Amino acid sequence: MEQHVEEVTRKTKILQALEDQNTSVSFDDPLENQMVLNMGPQHPATHGVLRVLLRLDGETVVASIPELGYLHRGYEKLAENCTYHEFIPHTDRLDYLSPMNNNVAYVLAVEKLLGIEAPPRAQYVRVMVKELARISSHLMFLGSLAMDVGALTVWMWAFREREKQYDLFERIAGARFTTSYTRIGGVAQDVTPETLELVKKFVYDLPGHIKECEKLLNKNRIFVDRTDGIGVITKEQAIDLCYTGPGLRACGVGHDLRRANPYLVYKDLDFDIPVYEGGDALARYYVRMDEIKESVKILKQVLAKMPQGDVHAFKPKKVLPRKERVYTKMEELIHDFMLVNFGVEPPVGEVYQAVEAPKGELGFYIHSHGEGYPWRLKIRSPSFVNLQTLPVMLQGCMISDVVAIIGSLDPVMGEADK
Amino acid sequence: MNHVVVEKLKTRFADAAFEFSEFRAELTVVVPKEIITEVCQYLKEAPELTYDSLSDLCGIDMNTPAKRFGVIYNLYSLATKHRIRLKTFCEEEDPTVPTVTGVWGTANWHEREAYDMFGMDFQGHPDLRRMYMPEEFEHFPLRKDFPLMGIPGSLPLPKK
Repeated sequence: MEQHVEEVTRKTKILQALEDQNTSVSFDDPLENQMVLNMGPQHPATHGVLRVLLRLDGETVVASIPELGYLHRGYEKLAENCTYHEFIPHTDRLDYLSPMNNNVAYVLAVEKLLGIEAPPRAQYVRVMVKELARISSHLMFLGSLAMDVGALTVWMWAFREREKQYDLFERIAGARFTTSYTRIGGVAQDVTPETLELVKKFVYDLPGHIKECEKLLNKNRIFVDRTDGIGVITKEQAIDLCYTGPGLRACGVGHDLRRANPYLVYKDLDFDIPVYEGGDALARYYVRMDEIKESVKILKQVLAKMPQGDVHAFKPKKVLPRKERVYTKMEELIHDFMLVNFGVEPPVGEVYQAVEAPKGELGFYIHSHGEGYPWRLKIRSPSFVNLQTLPVMLQGCMISDVVAIIGSLDPVMGEADK
Repeated sequence: MNHVVVEKLKTRFADAAFEFSEFRAELTVVVPKEIITEVCQYLKEAPELTYDSLSDLCGIDMNTPAKRFGVIYNLYSLATKHRIRLKTFCEEEDPTVPTVTGVWGTANWHEREAYDMFGMDFQGHPDLRRMYMPEEFEHFPLRKDFPLMGIPGSLPLPKK
């Protein structure tokens, strides 16, 4: 009995929040009845375990509430009990569509805390994998948005390209999906010249395939009708809600952390930041398609400029030594033992390092008490913050557009729920 | 840029007890919690500063009785492309902090998350519910006294 009462109070709390929203929209609907529709968490179009409660007036969404937490694994708690190195594999599981990006973002934050920098070749390799991951994530967006509005062919074509990328990641990192490629002070292993050739081939082939997809979509009456003017968010609303990434650039704000606060070697590379004005799902699609082309441009430059040299910084007290040296040299053996058992011990302090992930600003805030474990590690995930714009975009739209709007927002629940 | 912010804050809030510190060229300002909303409003609206976006807001458990819980605000200005960090602390017996949802709309979910994880009460928040954990969960998982393995029986299995 008691449990039943609890259940009822829990339900009412969510519903109350839904009803409290300011709803001035009214439509002359013959049915004139409002209903609450529960979408997700097990719904194919919510891209994972997102749950959205919708209050409907006929077929029009009057108010909506996203509910998160169905994939909450407590990574921030785990991080406080891991050494800085041990946390790298966990970052793969945040935005699992672009794990390389998370690896790079995390080690950049740790390196900032330690006050070290990776050697030039490692930085170029990191930019390379980061841009490959961006393409991979945007291809996923392309496929899923097209599928959400009914164009299944594009999904197949986008996945054909992603499959090639997974093969490249396997050659680079040794794993297709959960790469864990970066290390503090460098990357796990150097990229072989053969792999670079394969990356080059992929990069030069990709624009043709993207063009094919664009031919199917850009002038497709159904696709344009389903996305044009749908899920509009204004510039002011976007900044107020701290919407970042392609979605912000689709509202006419040309903000990109690669340009605004350059990290790695982005200041030496030439690329444009695509900006569109519409603020709707179609503009978000255009921005991402242009970003794929910009990433291709960056990758071509990276491949041409890639310097020779080491991929690990020489900081014996901070960077894990190479395995072959651990087996043969006394000093390295001691350092390896200390680093693995007690962790790299950064100074007391706190840093926040953000990078431009495919979905927006991915930031790591690390508070160190000078121990081998972070005292507090906060993941500022773009999907979490971007999902907060969902009620704004959904208000007043038709129920069939909800799917297209979620698709154009491109959330990944692994990182929204942490 | 950091010293501009320090100067401006010192002139605008002459009798406030700020603590300034810099680490890796990042400025951190510890603000008394009573004036945190006012300071945020000022930093957002002052010309030359315009910290118009709140990148991140998170809680922290310092595990000391006097300043047990903290809230950390990472601000970013789209115009000057500069970051600063504000911090405010509250005591263990009185874990309340004024909300900044009125200044930046994005603080809404961040504050809900901080409440969910640390149990801080953001006064004036429009919709302070748990963000990730179920509504009937009684503990605050990111507090330092919450065990890593969890508390057995604290999350009931769904009824059959």
